[in-house]
Parts: sequence; C-alpha cells; structure tokens
Amino acid sequence: MIHSLFLINTAGDLFLEKHWKSVISRSVCDYFFEAREKAVEPDNVPPVIPTPHHYLITIYREKIFFVSVIQTEVPPLFVIEFLHRVAETFQDYFGECSETTIKDNVVIVYELLEEMLDNGFPLATESNILKELIRPPTILRSMVNTITGSSNVGETLPTGQLSSIPWRRAGVKYTNNEAYFDVVEEIDAILDKSGTTVFAEIQGVIDACVKLSGMPDLTLSFMNPRLLDDVSFHPCVRYKRWESERVISFIPPDGNFQLMSYHISAQNLVAIPIYVKQNISFFETGSSGRLDITVGPKQTMGKTVECLVVTIHMPKVVLSANLNATQGTYNYDPVTKILLWDIGKLNPQKLPNLKGSLSLQSGAPKPEENPSLNIDLKIQQLAISGLKVNRLDMYGEKYKPFKGVKYVTKAGKFQVRT
Amino acid sequence: MRAPPALSASAPRNWSRDSVSALSRSASSSSSATAAAAGMSASSAFSDEKGGSASEPEYGHDPASGGIFSSDYKRHDDLKEMLDSNKDSLKLEAMKRIVAMIARGKNTSDLFPAVVKNVACKNIEVKKLVYVYLVRYAEEQQDLALLSISTFQRGLKDPNQLIRASALRVLSSIRVTIIVPIMMLAIKEAASDMSPYVRKTAAHAIPKLHSLDPEQKDQLIEVIEKLLSDKTTLVAGSVVMAFEEVCPDRIDLIHKNYRKLCNLLIDVEEWGQVVIINMLTRYARTQFLNPNVNESLLEENSEKAFYASDDEEDEDKKAEAASVVKRKPYVMDPDHRLLLRNTKPLLQSRNAAVVMAVAQLYFHLAPKAEVGIIAKALVRLMRSHSEVQYVVLQNVATMTIKRRGMFEPYLKSFYIRSTDPTQIKILKLEVLTNLANETNISTILREFQTYIKSMDKDFVAASIQAIGRCATNIGEVRDTCLNGLVQLLSNRDELVVAESVVVIKKLLQMQPEQHSDIIKHMAKLIDNIQVPMARASILWLIGEYCEHVPKIAPDVLRKMAKSFNNEEDIVKLQIINLAAKLYLTNSKQTKLLTQYVLNLAKYDQNYDIRDRARFIRQLIVPTDKSGALNKYAKKLFLALKPAPVLESPFKDRDHFQLGSLSHLLNAKAGGYQELPNWPESAPDPSVRNVEIPDWSKCSSRKDRKEKKVEKPFYSDSEGESGPTESADSESDSGSGSASASGSDESGSGSESEESGEETESEEEDDDEEEQKKKRKKLDKTKAKKPAEESAESEQSSSAEDRKSVRKVVKNQKSASESESESESSESEDESEEESEEESESDTSNIRKKKTPVSKQPPKQSKKESKKETQEMSLLDLDDFEPAPASASVTPVNFLSSSLVSDLEGLSLTDAILGPTTIAPSGAIKMYELLHRIKGEGLAVDYCFSRQPFSPDPNMVAVQIQFTNNTNSEIKNLHIEDPRLQSGRRIREFAEIEMLAVGDSVTVMMGIDFCDSTQAANFQLCTHTRKFFASIQPPVGELMTPAFLTENDFKKEQGKLMGMNEILEKLTLGEKCVNEHVIVERVTATANLSRVPCGSDKECSTPPPPPSVPVYRFAGKTVSSGCLVLVTVTTKEGGGAQLTVNCEKMVIGTMLVKDLVLALSQ
Repeated sequence: MIHSLFLINTAGDLFLEKHWKSVISRSVCDYFFEAREKAVEPDNVPPVIPTPHHYLITIYREKIFFVSVIQTEVPPLFVIEFLHRVAETFQDYFGECSETTIKDNVVIVYELLEEMLDNGFPLATESNILKELIRPPTILRSMVNTITGSSNVGETLPTGQLSSIPWRRAGVKYTNNEAYFDVVEEIDAILDKSGTTVFAEIQGVIDACVKLSGMPDLTLSFMNPRLLDDVSFHPCVRYKRWESERVISFIPPDGNFQLMSYHISAQNLVAIPIYVKQNISFFETGSSGRLDITVGPKQTMGKTVECLVVTIHMPKVVLSANLNATQGTYNYDPVTKILLWDIGKLNPQKLPNLKGSLSLQSGAPKPEENPSLNIDLKIQQLAISGLKVNRLDMYGEKYKPFKGVKYVTKAGKFQVRT
Repeated sequence: MRAPPALSASAPRNWSRDSVSALSRSASSSSSATAAAAGMSASSAFSDEKGGSASEPEYGHDPASGGIFSSDYKRHDDLKEMLDSNKDSLKLEAMKRIVAMIARGKNTSDLFPAVVKNVACKNIEVKKLVYVYLVRYAEEQQDLALLSISTFQRGLKDPNQLIRASALRVLSSIRVTIIVPIMMLAIKEAASDMSPYVRKTAAHAIPKLHSLDPEQKDQLIEVIEKLLSDKTTLVAGSVVMAFEEVCPDRIDLIHKNYRKLCNLLIDVEEWGQVVIINMLTRYARTQFLNPNVNESLLEENSEKAFYASDDEEDEDKKAEAASVVKRKPYVMDPDHRLLLRNTKPLLQSRNAAVVMAVAQLYFHLAPKAEVGIIAKALVRLMRSHSEVQYVVLQNVATMTIKRRGMFEPYLKSFYIRSTDPTQIKILKLEVLTNLANETNISTILREFQTYIKSMDKDFVAASIQAIGRCATNIGEVRDTCLNGLVQLLSNRDELVVAESVVVIKKLLQMQPEQHSDIIKHMAKLIDNIQVPMARASILWLIGEYCEHVPKIAPDVLRKMAKSFNNEEDIVKLQIINLAAKLYLTNSKQTKLLTQYVLNLAKYDQNYDIRDRARFIRQLIVPTDKSGALNKYAKKLFLALKPAPVLESPFKDRDHFQLGSLSHLLNAKAGGYQELPNWPESAPDPSVRNVEIPDWSKCSSRKDRKEKKVEKPFYSDSEGESGPTESADSESDSGSGSASASGSDESGSGSESEESGEETESEEEDDDEEEQKKKRKKLDKTKAKKPAEESAESEQSSSAEDRKSVRKVVKNQKSASESESESESSESEDESEEESEEESESDTSNIRKKKTPVSKQPPKQSKKESKKETQEMSLLDLDDFEPAPASASVTPVNFLSSSLVSDLEGLSLTDAILGPTTIAPSGAIKMYELLHRIKGEGLAVDYCFSRQPFSPDPNMVAVQIQFTNNTNSEIKNLHIEDPRLQSGRRIREFAEIEMLAVGDSVTVMMGIDFCDSTQAANFQLCTHTRKFFASIQPPVGELMTPAFLTENDFKKEQGKLMGMNEILEKLTLGEKCVNEHVIVERVTATANLSRVPCGSDKECSTPPPPPSVPVYRFAGKTVSSGCLVLVTVTTKEGGGAQLTVNCEKMVIGTMLVKDLVLALSQ
C-alpha cells in the first residue's frame, strides 16, 4: 500500500524520508513540487497527484507536507486518514508536530513509523499501544538514557495488541483517579448581508481526559440524547448500547482522547450568539473606502462572549487601513491583506465598534465585491445546543473517581457575508 | 554571447562546494570525536550531523569529488569503532546517528558489515535500529545480509511471541531472493502459530514474499486459505489484505469465510475494516442479485408507457408488464442482508476511510430505499481535514448524479465559504449543481449570485458555468439565468464577462429566435472584450444567427476584417466562418469583405487558417471549376446545429468503485479490480455454508423465515437439533418466539464486547444453523438433484444420507415428527463429524465453554422451603429404585415391577445413603453449573440423582449443590426467569435464604425436559447478582428404569420393530470383558434397569445359546413414558451387537451413540 513517505516543509526542503518497501528515489517528489508551484496556496495542492509510475497522496498539516508514494490502487482516504494519524501521533509524542521537533526526535520518529506500518499496511496506530512499544520522550528520561544507555523501547508486547480492547494499555495506576469530559460545541454559520441566517448548524465533540486505574467500564448518559442527530464514536464505544439505550458505554483509553463527535439535528433552531452590523464601502473616486463594524450580543443565554475576534480578508487593492476601535486592538497586514480585530470580552452595555477609512491603490478600479467577515468567539460554561450530561457511572473498579464535565461553545466556521 | 556569464556563475558554485566540504571534513571529524567521547543523545546527534555535513549528499552523489571519500570513510570509521565496542550505550549512539542519516536519505551502505554484526545484540533498542538498517540496505548487500539470517531463524523458535513475530517481520522484509525458501517455510510455520499476533505477522509477510518472488503464488495461496479460516479479529484484516494483493480473483476462497468475516467485521481494527469491506463489495457483486433490478425494469416500463402512443407499442408494453409481474419478486439473499446489516454501524466510525468504505458498499449493493442512510455520514466527513473533504466531495458528486434525492436534505451543507480552498469550492459547486431541481433552484441561484462576487476568479468562472448548467437542465429558470448572465456582461472583470459569453452562447443555441436582443448586445461587446474564447463565441453566435441581426452582422465583419491580423487563431477561424456565412446569406453586402478576409487568411502564418480559407473559398465562391458541393454550401454552413449538452464531468464515473483511487483520478490505476456487474441469476448460495458440528443454535432470521414458509417440520427440528453437539443453550429459543430471537441478536452484540472469541463461535453457530436449514430446504425441493457441486464429496454424501433418512422420516406421522427430524439432523451430525477435521474433544471443549454463559433462562414455579427440600430428599430415598445396574444387585426376575418397587422401598428405607453412594459407581456424575470464579465465589454443581421426582413423576430430578466460597454470606438464592420451549416445565427449589461462608447446601429441583436433550436455561439469582445457568441432560438421564420380564421384553420388542429399532455393531472396549462391566457401563450411561435373563424358566422360547450372552435393559422415558429397550449381544473376539428399540427415534439414536461410546472404551 503505502510505499514511502517524504516530509517536506513549506520552503520545499525534504527533511525526512522513510521507505517501507524498496527505496524510491526522492526525485519522485519533483512532481509534487511542480503541483505545489502551480497551486500558489499550500491549501490548493491536490491531495492526489498521478505521476507516470506512482501516485502521490499528500496532506498538509502544521506547515509540513506529508507526501506518500503509492504504486497501486488503494482507497485514497485510507492513506489520507493514516497520514493524519501519523501527524497526530507526532503531536501526541512531542507536544507539537513541527519540523524542529521531528528533526530533534528523528530516531523516535523512525521507530514510530516502523511500528505504524508494516510493508505499507497499518500495524499499530493506537496511541496507547505505541506508547507501550516506544516510550514518549521526556526530559528526565532522555537524561537518564544518555547516562545509562538504556533505551526508550518497550520490551514486551503491549497487551492491548492482543486483547479485544486494543486502545487501552494494561496495568494503569494512578493515585488520583479522575475523569474529565469537555463538551465543546462549534457553531458553523453563514449570515447574509442583512444578518439573516443562510445556514447554521452545531457540531460538537466530547473530549475526554481519563486517568483511571485498572480496567474501568464507564457509562455516560445525557439528559437529552434526542438532540443528537448524527454521531461518530471512538472505537471503544459500544455502538449497540447507544442504539438501544442512548447511553455511551465504554472502556476508555488511558489519557486524552476524543470520545465522540456529534451533530445537532437540523430541526433545532440554532441560536446565534451575536449580531454584526457592518458597512464596508469603496468609493469610485479618490481610491478610498469606508468601514464601520459594530458587534453586539444576540442570544447568549446570559453568558458572556469572550475571545471575540473579527477577521476580514480584504481585496488586493486595499493598501492600508486607518481605523478607530472603541474596544480591543486591530491590525492590518498589507502583505496578506488580512484585517484582524481582536475585541476580547463583549460588553453588552458598550458595544465595540470599529470605524475608519481604507486607502486603496490609486488608479485601480474599485473592488467589485465586499470581503466577508469571519468571526471567532468563545462562551464558557454553555453548550449552545442545550445538551447536558446527566451522569457518569463507573463499573469494574472499586475506587471512587473524581468526575467533571465542562461546557464550551465556540464559533466554528462562522462567516458574515457583506 | 551567453556562455561566459553562465560559466562564471557556475564556477564559484563549484568552488564553494569544495570549500564547504573541506570545512565539513574538519567539522564532522570533531563532532564524531565528541560523540564518541561523550555519547550524545539522539537529538544532539542529529543536529550535529546536520551542521557537520551539510554538503554530504552532494559528494555522495557526485563521483567527481572522489577525493572526499577518504574523509568520508574516516568519519564512518569511528562509527564503526563505536559499533565494535562492547558498550551498549556506544552502539546505541552509533545506531541512532546512522538511523538519523538514513532518515535524511544519506548513503550509509558502507557501514553494513559493522552494523550487521550487531544483529544479535542483547539491547533491544540497538537490535531494533539494526533491523531498521537491515531492511533498508539488505537489498543492496545481499551476500552480507545472509549473515543475519541465522539470528532470525533462531528468533522464529523463541518462546516469546513478540520475538517470533519481529523475527518473521524482519526476515520477510529483507528483500534477498536467495532466502525465499526460508521465508516460505517461516511463513508456513507462523501461519499455524499459537499466537494470533504471530499469525497476523505471517499474513503481513505473504505479500512481501509475493512481490519478491511471484512464483511462490500457489503456495502462498494455500497459506492464505488457511489464514482466512482463522477466527481472530487480529488476523482477519491482514489476511484479507494479503488476499487482495496476491490473489484478488480467487473469490472462491472467500465463500466459506464470508459469514465469519461479516460477523467479525465490527471488531476488526479500522484499517482491516476498510480492506475487508472493499473486498466484500466486490464479492457481493459476483454472488448476489441486483436488489434494484425489478425497480429499474418497472421504471423503464413506466417511462416507455409515458411516451408510447400507438397501440402496437401499448401491447408490447402489456406483454412486458406481464413479464414483470410474472417475474418472481426479488428476495434478498440472507447473506446479502447480513453484509448490509453488519456494515451499517461502521458508518459511525471516527475513521473517514471506514465511513467511505461503508458508503460505497451501500451505494453499490444496497436496495435503492436504503442507500439514503449513508448521506448523513458523508456529510459529517465534510467537517474533517480539507484532503478528506476533497475526496469525499468527489464521491458525493458522483453519487448525486445517480441518486440526487439522497443529498437534497443536506443541500445547505454544501454551501461555500470564502475561506474554502479553491479545489473544494469547485467540487461543492459541482454538487450543488447536481442537486439543483425545480424546487430548490431559486435558493441555489441566490447562493450562486453571491459566489459570482467572490475574489477567487477561478471559482467565479466555475460558478458561471454552473449557472449555465442549471439553466440547461431546468427549463423554468432558463430565462432568469440568461438575464442574470447578460447582466454579468457589464461586469468589470473581463474573466467574468468572457465566461458569461461562452455560457450564454451555449444557452442561446437552445432557443435563438427569442433572443436577438441579447445577440445585439453581445455584438456591441466585441469592441471591449479581449479574451479570445469570448470573442470567438460572439462571432460564432453572430454568424450562426446572422438572420436575426441582419444589420449588425456585416458591420461586425467589417470591424473584424480590420483587426484580423491581430487576432488570436481561434478568433481568426471564427472570423472566416462568419464571413462565409454572411457571404451565403447576404452576399450583396459582404462579398468584398469576405474576399478580403479570405485573402488575409491565405497568407496567415498558421496553416490551419490557410487551409480553412482555401477550403471555404472553394466551397462558397462559385467558379467554373468548383465541384458539386458548391450548391450545398448553404446547407453545409447553415445547418441546424444541435444544442450542446452541458454535462457533469462526474457523469458515469460510478463504473469505478467509489472511494477508490481510480474513481478519484477517473482513470484505471494499477492493480485496480473492476467492480463486476451483477450476475443474471444468483450463483449457488450454499457455497457459503460452513460445516461445523456445533450448530445447534438457530438464528432469528432463519426462524422467522421458516415460519413464513410454514414448515413446522423444520422449526421443530430446530428445537430438537444436535443433541450431542449442542450443549448449547441457544437452541431453546430457536423455536421460541421471534421476540426471543430478537433479543438473542442484541445479546450477541453486547457479548461481542465481552470477548471476541465467544461471539465468534456463537455467531458462527448461528450461521451454520442457517445454512443447514437452507440446505435442507434445498435438498427437499430439488430432492433428486445432487447436493451442490460445491464442496467435498464427503459433504455431498452426507447430504445424501440425510435425504434418505428424511424420506424414511416423512413416512412417519404426527407425534414423532419433530423427533424424527432431529434424528435426521443427528445422523447429519454424525456424518459431519466424520468429515470435519475438528475432533470431538474440540467440540466438547466448546460445549464446556458455552454452558456457563448460556443465556436462555427457563421458567419455573417457586415452591418449598429449604427444610422441605431436605425432607424431600429423604422422601425420595423412600421410593428410590436402585438402578439395577451393578451386577450384584440384579433384581429378582419373577416379581412384577410394582412388587419389586415395593420391596425395594422396604429394603432401602433404612439405608441412609446419599444417592451418590447408591448409584452405580461413576453413574452419577457431577456437572458444573457455575464455576466458582465465574460465580464470584459461588460454586454450583449438579447431578442427576436418578430418583423419581416425587412432586411430579414426569420430571427429571436434578440435585443441585451450592457452595459458598466467598467471604461473605450469600442470601436469597433462587431461580428466576426460566425461559423454556413450550411444553417444558421446571419446578424450582425453594429459595435458600442464606448460605453461610464456606457452607454448602444441596437441593432438588425437577425439570420436565419433554424427552429432549435441549438444555434448560434459567437465571440463578443471589441477593446481589444474577448468573446464567443451563442444565443439559445426557439422553440416558431422560428415562427411568422399567421392570419387565424377559417375555414382556420380547413382546414389547416385537412391537417396536422396523424404524423403531436401531442396530449397531461395535467392538467392545478392552475392559468390557465380563458381564459385570458391561452392565455397569450401560446403566451408567442410561438410567435403565436390567431385564433378568438366562433364568429362562419362564421363557417359552428356547434360551439363547450359552455362547452368546445377551444383556437386556429396559426403561421408559420420564415425561412421555415411552419404552426404551436395549439389547446387547456379545460375540467372540470382542465384537458385540447393540439393539435399541424405542418409539422415539431421536432418543434411540442418541442412546445408541452414547452406549457405543461407553462400551467401546
């Protein structure tokens, strides 16, 4: 399946290569570089590039291109999903997935890649298993290893590999047993010029941080599971229980993981927490424009809107912006043409406003279109859909764990057209 | 002129390279020195490496800089030194640096000898890194690589499964042709390894070996076949992957494993799921019928009917419709359904590849009505990474063409954001266009309107095309779209205008008459638009419809003639066209202009244009030489041209399997397996039947079906089936209600989480049962047809056997119906057992394993307190009839049975003996009901006490012993929730209020088994827990002794001849030498009493010759009281003949089997 993997940074340097079958010359990447050049933006590099003898399947993540070489038919999603899993594993191991960390931990990276694929077919991709095979680096361990020459490779076969619950490692022990769940909901919305909702939906995930000893068997139930329209689960969740009882029953992996993601059914009207009054106009003469944006709270369920940021991709002809913000700071980057207004907390008494003039390239015709506004926000202690966790029960172990649930609402792809 | 600067430019580069490498020489030697001294960490090694030898790849690839090699060697020398040292830390350090070099694609092959020496190193990390190195370079250094082989061969024998697996993994990864035989051997061995992990590794090794030496294919297929039958989830994915790479066309290997794969699927790891689902899609396409076949036929018909006008056609129609009606309604193969049902939950997977795999499976295989469920999951994937979105959208685009309705509810999810990458935007646009119909077109057009204002010009162009496509597809909005597009013509952006012109041209072609205004408007645009394609389009339009704009057209030609020389080629061609057309329609005004244009074209640089000009001149300008075509010129040029069809680029892409690379590229990729077309008629479904003795369980589906067909014959048999093999309780529920079977299903689901193994076997049972049913039906319907070409001859012969038995059975009527059927299945059993490789011990193991987990609890009525039960056992002793087994207690033969029992009662009342002691040795065996581990300290054993159960003589008495091994007392022990077949009853023991620590208590309960060996299931409850328990009686315990004289015996035997008599020859076991042992064996196996014989004084018939001792035993079944007569006739040389006469043939057959087993031991 996957023949080779090349890691390439945005500057076009190939800084790591790994082959699972015969060695393929790195010159195959020339086809990638060609496509990269054509695409202008890294986002626009086609994920699948056919070459005379191979196929290149690429993902772009954290400013690194993961270019894999395929020789025969394989579901493209299979490869794409696997490459993302590789990136996530790096993130999990080294805290971040960047060129520097990969270079710093090249041996561990190599060992990981060796374990994750055998002859191009995925072998162990569960983080819990990998961590038993190859211990993640810590400062302490790397010091000890240097002095004693001991290794960071596990000596036994992870038991999870053989059991029917491959995602959990065996022999977990904690002094403080705790299980925390974050219900994070994101509002995806498109609002049109007049402020009416063109399209809005809520996507949520439940992230878990479970540090429990032994083999706990957890059951999470909701007050209002009917809200959930479409769900996808971590493999640990027993689907039949969900089907029949609408509870989430699972033996959790150890540590952080995403328990489930869900979609709120379309029948429920989506509450839009803020409104935006905007007026952006460019003048035919004088190569200038005017901008006036006001943000105010709409349906916030009595909570404060925080971390409010407005991002605008300006047309190319906008040279600079001379604005005045009643709250927060703004910044216009003339190279990327991005206007960023960081508001912070939304104060309902005194609505933040950004107002001023834009100067355009002289002589150029006025832009046809108005740029759309991308909004970022966060509301603590609120799941905008109204989803509530009812209770968490633990079976199989005797101790009493600490339990906690946190709710956050964020803006996902929240766009206001102008 | 150009050469010198280039030279000077390259010269310093060369020079600088030299200087850098010179620098690096010193730097690298110093860095390695420090490394050797201090033993750096991996990270520092990497960065040093980088700093020290930035130019290394250059001289690695550049032979011209040969002088550097010496230093290169020098540097590697000290790595060699480190590798040779006896300190693990130094070796590790060296290996880390080498791996870091490999990672950057540097050549370290010269270190091979030094590295390979360390293959046997004790340090596991060094070893692993050496493996990494070996796998990378072994191909280049084949001879040296052989040095390492012995280490791996040793590793293959290691007791640790991890080491065995990793040895096999590396051995199979080094691509050295010479070791192919060794690899082959290792793979074969590992394929039958105990550890599933090693077997998985073996499966992974198969494609490696295949790519190294394709000649091994045949042998490898054997291994694949073996591994395919593996029952662990760990192996399933890997072996299917090997199958796909080595022999994807050997679909026949899948038949036997099909159901197993379907059932295992949900527990296989994600990657394996993808591979299996894709393979099964292909498999299903070859094996099942098209579920939409009738539908599509009907559709065609209705369509035709709609357009049909004349009578003839109508009649045709009727005939066809009739044929449709005649056509058998489509019934989905249960295996087809199984696949759809078992893949559905995987739509909820977090892995996009799995979701996509299921989606394509549904798209290609599911009935139209069910495909819709995949839409939601696919829409969910749109939230994922942009690469995932890209692939998913491509597939959605293909799906929307075929099944538009599926995605319509999710229309808004495909709305485009300004932040989407362009390639995603364009794909979304494609989907939106495909989804457009009369009802939603207005919203979609409004959406498109905003897109046109985007800054992304490629996207705008695509949007305009999309509008054009909507307009052609949906007549109602054509005018609106056209107006909108015309407005775009005044757009500032030239690209937008140009694209609009092109689209308008296509639209106008559909109805030009009404739109001369637009054509005029466009003619004016020609002055401003510079994009060649747009100019060409306008000119073509004017030429084509010059009759609608008679005044403007010649003027446009005039202008164009003026600028002819500066135009692009496509524009020039269109100018010539326009000229020609005008010449034909309006030669008065344009004759000269045309001549002029043609002359210009005659001397054009482009030969196409010159050719065209020459050709057109000949065609339109009449000369004496001009040919016959001249008069047709008008027809040629002004023919009515069909309007272009604006089609989606995704049309007909679905002939590629969705989700595949080939589909994405719209071109066949290497190794792509075509998705076969549905077969015309279904291939034989019985090929998927698997013969495994343990099959008594019945599946819900089958059950329901059976009922529909109304064949109580079969459904009954389900209840009775498989007495010997089946210890398994599920069979009970078989003939039970559909609801019970439903719960069974969900039960197996929840079980699957508990342990993979168990589910497997159980679910398999399910299937086998089904297959059996199917086979039976099949056999019956085409009774004379030989039983499927399919499998081994043994199988078919066994089928034959069954048939004959069944025929016999059919002759018999009513009451014994169920029994007879189960008997037939019994015999089936036997034959299977022979044919099956699996040994008896295996099956008995399975049985043991299962008994405690069985699920169906039987019904019972509660009664009696603890004390009472004890009394009861005393009571029981009163009328206890000793099994007349032990030769010493041979009952008196001249007494009537009643008298005997009376006497017995008398003689034994005072004997305070436990039943165990009274019973013939070994006859009363304790069985385990609940192991103390499973019962969390509560151990429960039971035995058949062989006493009549006093409260109800039709029940079999079961003595149950509870032992409390916990460290707390157990309270309220009782039975709950017994679920039984109809007719069966349980009389529960009274609740045990308390069981102290370490105590044990014995109670009696009665079960009416209805003369069947089906297990009775119930729940054993304590105050805290519930345990499933199941009691299964051996056939011998279903009877009580009956006392007959020899005469009576013979009389009764005479009545039970023919089918009710079963004869069996056997060889007596070594120990069965005397009468005593034989009698003991028989009575131990079955609760029978010996009929006095030899005392032939009463006999009217002459006694049998003394040389042939005959032993007779009699009994009757507990619940129905049918007589069971057993005769054992011994012969010289250890031979013997066993005769069993019983009205209930099932009981008889089972008894014969048990007795033969007992006697031949």
